[in-house]
Amino acid sequence: MADIVATNFNLFYGDFQALKDINMTLKERQLTAFIGPSGCGKSTFLRSINRMNDLIENVKITGSLIMGDLNIIETNKLSVLRKRVGMVFQKPNPFSMSIYNNVAYGPRTHGIRQRAVLDELVEKSLRSAALWDELKDNLHKSALSLSGGQQQRLCIARSLAVEPDVLLLDEPTSALDPVSTAKIEELLEEIKTEHTIVMVTHNMQQAARISDRVAFFLSGELIEMGDTYQIFSQPQKEKTSDYITGRFG
Amino acid sequence: MHKILEPIITFLFKIAAAIVFLALVGVIYAMVSEGFPGLREIGVWNFLSGTKWQPTNHVYGILPMIFASLGVTFGAILLGVPTGLLVAIFINEILARRFRVYLIGLINLMAAIPSVVYGFWGVAVIVPYIARIQLPGNSMLAAILVVSLMILPTMISLTLNGLRSVSADEKAASLALGESRMLTVWRVCIPRIRVTLQAAVILAFGRAIGEATAVVLVAGNHVQIPRSVFSSVRTLTANTVMEMGYATGLHRQALMATGLVLFIFIILVNILLSMLMHVKKEK
Repeated sequence: MADIVATNFNLFYGDFQALKDINMTLKERQLTAFIGPSGCGKSTFLRSINRMNDLIENVKITGSLIMGDLNIIETNKLSVLRKRVGMVFQKPNPFSMSIYNNVAYGPRTHGIRQRAVLDELVEKSLRSAALWDELKDNLHKSALSLSGGQQQRLCIARSLAVEPDVLLLDEPTSALDPVSTAKIEELLEEIKTEHTIVMVTHNMQQAARISDRVAFFLSGELIEMGDTYQIFSQPQKEKTSDYITGRFG
Repeated sequence: MHKILEPIITFLFKIAAAIVFLALVGVIYAMVSEGFPGLREIGVWNFLSGTKWQPTNHVYGILPMIFASLGVTFGAILLGVPTGLLVAIFINEILARRFRVYLIGLINLMAAIPSVVYGFWGVAVIVPYIARIQLPGNSMLAAILVVSLMILPTMISLTLNGLRSVSADEKAASLALGESRMLTVWRVCIPRIRVTLQAAVILAFGRAIGEATAVVLVAGNHVQIPRSVFSSVRTLTANTVMEMGYATGLHRQALMATGLVLFIFIILVNILLSMLMHVKKEK
């Protein structure tokens, strides 16, 4: 495991510059929250870390983004990168297959075929996502029959099953009720002992509750980054203070 | 204004629906009223299992033509359905967005070409080519190739609609786990569009078994049970097209009964596939 370091990172959609000169370090085994108003570039930066922006045409990137020995921008082994950097999306997006096959999907992608190994990974991942006790008797039921909150935790379990170093979460609780949200926050705090976690959130309280560090984005720039307590109690920049006190955004 | 228009428009809708219904009833009535007496005179078993079709001697057996029709249809489906699927995947997943419109336009154009033109093309290109491998060239294989080409546009556009309906989120989830784009299609998208594919197969079946014009031109039209795909064959529809113009009496009734057999085939395939879908859903 290693820190992720961005240096002079720029990203363009055609002529539009979505990210400007981002310099930051995402520390390993910490939960970093990205905050900022819609369209500020925080999701775009998140999606750069596992190269999901490759799906969009006309994206141009300059600068560097490095995780240990892995050059994220330059690597042509997307499969290896994405095995190390998993992602959970805003809307729960389980596959329309059984719970078991959802979790086993990633390991199968990376060549694991033996039933016993898969069984073990599925159990371990579902336990990490606090789903095992709820679902262990129904592993062959369709994942689509689960509630929204369970589906999102299943998606987290699915990501954990390939044993990534990093987990990226793009507003993972914005489509969920408060109880499900609390469960997900709880489980993120548990898994961050073994994973680097980066989360985009619109919910200031959520960032304050569970993150170790906060990065505040505005109009494609990283305005300020620091320890969560410091950002919320003594922001160094006026824009940060305006945003977290709710003066705009 | 609405008070006057409303009942008039409703009435128009009802009339339109009634016309469709009456047309269907009319077609079935014509087939049954002429076909049944013919069947009774020939005998259902003799008709279905007879291997000779000699109208001048009043011998009417359609078994060779049943074989020919089913052979051409299944051959065309076997070739056309997978090809259509692959082309649809190519358009949706590989082809650059800016070229898609043109290729889809071309495929729609393919659907608009009259079947007789496909027949010409078969005669001019396919048949001579097959003749080089094995004479006579006019054969079941020629019919299969031409018909499979004709069912492609429908297959492609149906599959394409299916692929488009698979949510981008689900594909993104697969890619984010490190799966490649092509295997994402195979593991996520294809299972998702199974029902669409089944519907496409039913439509392809109907189109293939019902095609007469192009088939008459390339299949050779000998009434014989095909020994291989190189045999000259006559399908049920080709037979009707060729003889209906001059058929009278029992001969005409036998042709009507042929239509009845085709009709029953298509109903059976519909029932069979909808049963298959039902079983899958219950699982």
